[in-house]
Amino acid sequence: MSNLLIAPMIIPIMTAVVLVFLRDNVRVQRIITLITMGGVTLISLFLLVEVQQNGIMRLDFSGWLPPFGILFVGDQLALLLVTVASIVTAACCIYAFSTIGEAHEKMFFYSFVLMLIAGVNGSFLTGDIFNLFVCFEVMLLASYVLVALGGGKRQLRESLKYVLINVVASWMFLVALAYLYGAIGTLNMAHISSRVMEAGQDPVLTTISLVFLIVFSLKAGLLLFFWLPGSYSVPPTSVAALFAALLTKVGMYALIRTFTLMFPLQQDITHTILAVMAVLTLIAGMAGAMGGRDIKTIATYNVIIGVGFIMLGVAIANEQAMMGVVYYLMHDMVAKALLFLCIGMMMYLTGETVVKNMSGLIRNYPLFGWLYFLGLCALVGIPPLSGFVGKVLIGQGAITGGHYVLLAIGFASSVVVLYSLLRIFLASFFGETIIVLEDEVPIRKGMMGSLLVLAACVIFLGLGANYMMPFVEAAAAVLVDPSIYIDAVLPQGND
Amino acid sequence: MKINDVILRTVVKSVVFIVLTLGIYLFFAGHNAPGGGFIGGLVLASAVVLMYLAYDIETVQKTMPFDFKKVAAFGVLLATGTAIGSVLFDVPFLSHTDAYYTLPLLGKTHLTTVTIFEAGVALTVVGVVVTIILSISEEGEEQ
Repeated sequence: MSNLLIAPMIIPIMTAVVLVFLRDNVRVQRIITLITMGGVTLISLFLLVEVQQNGIMRLDFSGWLPPFGILFVGDQLALLLVTVASIVTAACCIYAFSTIGEAHEKMFFYSFVLMLIAGVNGSFLTGDIFNLFVCFEVMLLASYVLVALGGGKRQLRESLKYVLINVVASWMFLVALAYLYGAIGTLNMAHISSRVMEAGQDPVLTTISLVFLIVFSLKAGLLLFFWLPGSYSVPPTSVAALFAALLTKVGMYALIRTFTLMFPLQQDITHTILAVMAVLTLIAGMAGAMGGRDIKTIATYNVIIGVGFIMLGVAIANEQAMMGVVYYLMHDMVAKALLFLCIGMMMYLTGETVVKNMSGLIRNYPLFGWLYFLGLCALVGIPPLSGFVGKVLIGQGAITGGHYVLLAIGFASSVVVLYSLLRIFLASFFGETIIVLEDEVPIRKGMMGSLLVLAACVIFLGLGANYMMPFVEAAAAVLVDPSIYIDAVLPQGND
Repeated sequence: MKINDVILRTVVKSVVFIVLTLGIYLFFAGHNAPGGGFIGGLVLASAVVLMYLAYDIETVQKTMPFDFKKVAAFGVLLATGTAIGSVLFDVPFLSHTDAYYTLPLLGKTHLTTVTIFEAGVALTVVGVVVTIILSISEEGEEQ
């Protein structure tokens, strides 16, 4: 038992509430938000090291032992994601300090960001599938507000779509939970896993797992991503970056847990469907990224490519691919946040969104230009940076498993990412400058600071792969062999 | 044109007390029987909404000068506060404790920290429901 495990969820919630009382004091709000996110990051780092040394940690709420009570389970995967998510949120908040505007800040903007990260962290940490639903809702309710806040006509239209699609998905989640409880009689994820293993995964259970697949695919943007490009392009930059970095990852995390922990036995059915969906997602994402004319569209379709690539790894499902998945998840959070902040910065500086209408930005803003280039290289997977490790590991997994088609499509997507982002770089950053010195909009320190934080993370994830590998290996070991997780949660190993 | 709502106002004046009593009863009943913070809070909120219906917003706000957003926030703070309080005693998060005390007038009484948690829930529900109803009605008036 360690009560610290609840901290990544409860601290942001309590801070969010405190901020409600400080509505008019914007400066204090900013300081408190930053301190909170820094603190949560440090706590999750500490927990990560602790778990690595002493094994998987669990916290039974008010002492009710599993499988009867609700619990949080901290394994390496969950804590790695919590740590990265907290860092990314801190960076996005720093960006928001200088861009979001007082109108947003007085409408409880930071409270809702903190609620969002509370939901995200809770989803990663929970060991109870109904609690996962609750944490999803915490996250989604906050995101509804953030997507609609301050909106004009277009933002309202897209956020309405976003809310409707997510309400329907949540309803289906509940239906799937009811089926699951009817069939298995438990909601504790480890207990579900051990019971499914005892009973064997019969067709009914496989069908239930497919209902979960649909629900989480809607949230993750796996094939069912029709809502994503619209609703990720309307909110303010810092919010869009948060969404791109975190929300789809939570859906993917849920998918990973579903098909590695709870329903891993009928791989020829479930994992084939996963692979097909991942390939279709990649193809659609590539088409969108290549065809897009404005930078927002290109960036959002890059999110979809990322989802497809990670799910390829999940479908391959051997140990190397799983290591790649864990690594790529972390990389994708950081790099997508960096990409979206860069895109937002370009719009802030030029007031344009169409690629062709911008040029020569690098002459006015050299540091910013090279930071964009760094993000580009990371997303493509150029060696010393963060994307490389994940891509290589997933590639190795695909070769070991003999999935050459998946391998080819996965790496083709890297080329498309390179093409789509390099096109922006060449057209908008290089070339004749269109901004004369007098009209130059200055970049605020906070904006540049947030980009630098994320860039440092990208570099660390790439160069510091040696430090990360033990954690990633342990996380992947749990994914490949669910009995580690079950033994940690249910010490007796049975019911 | 002013609507004649003498009957409504007269009825509301007495009914509000019945509703409030029921709300408080449900709140305390919740520990061992159907009821509790959420349901009690909803009933309490319905009393407030009833007053808004019978009288205008200004009159009610004069008697209850709260910002209901802050009431909701205070409720959440109370609930999470009791939850996190268990950490101080080195027992698992959300643990609660209870005991029997002999109080004047009431005699032997069962007191528990869950009541504080539930009070937080009730305040949150009241705050949120009233805020929702108020913001819907305010927009109606602007148009």
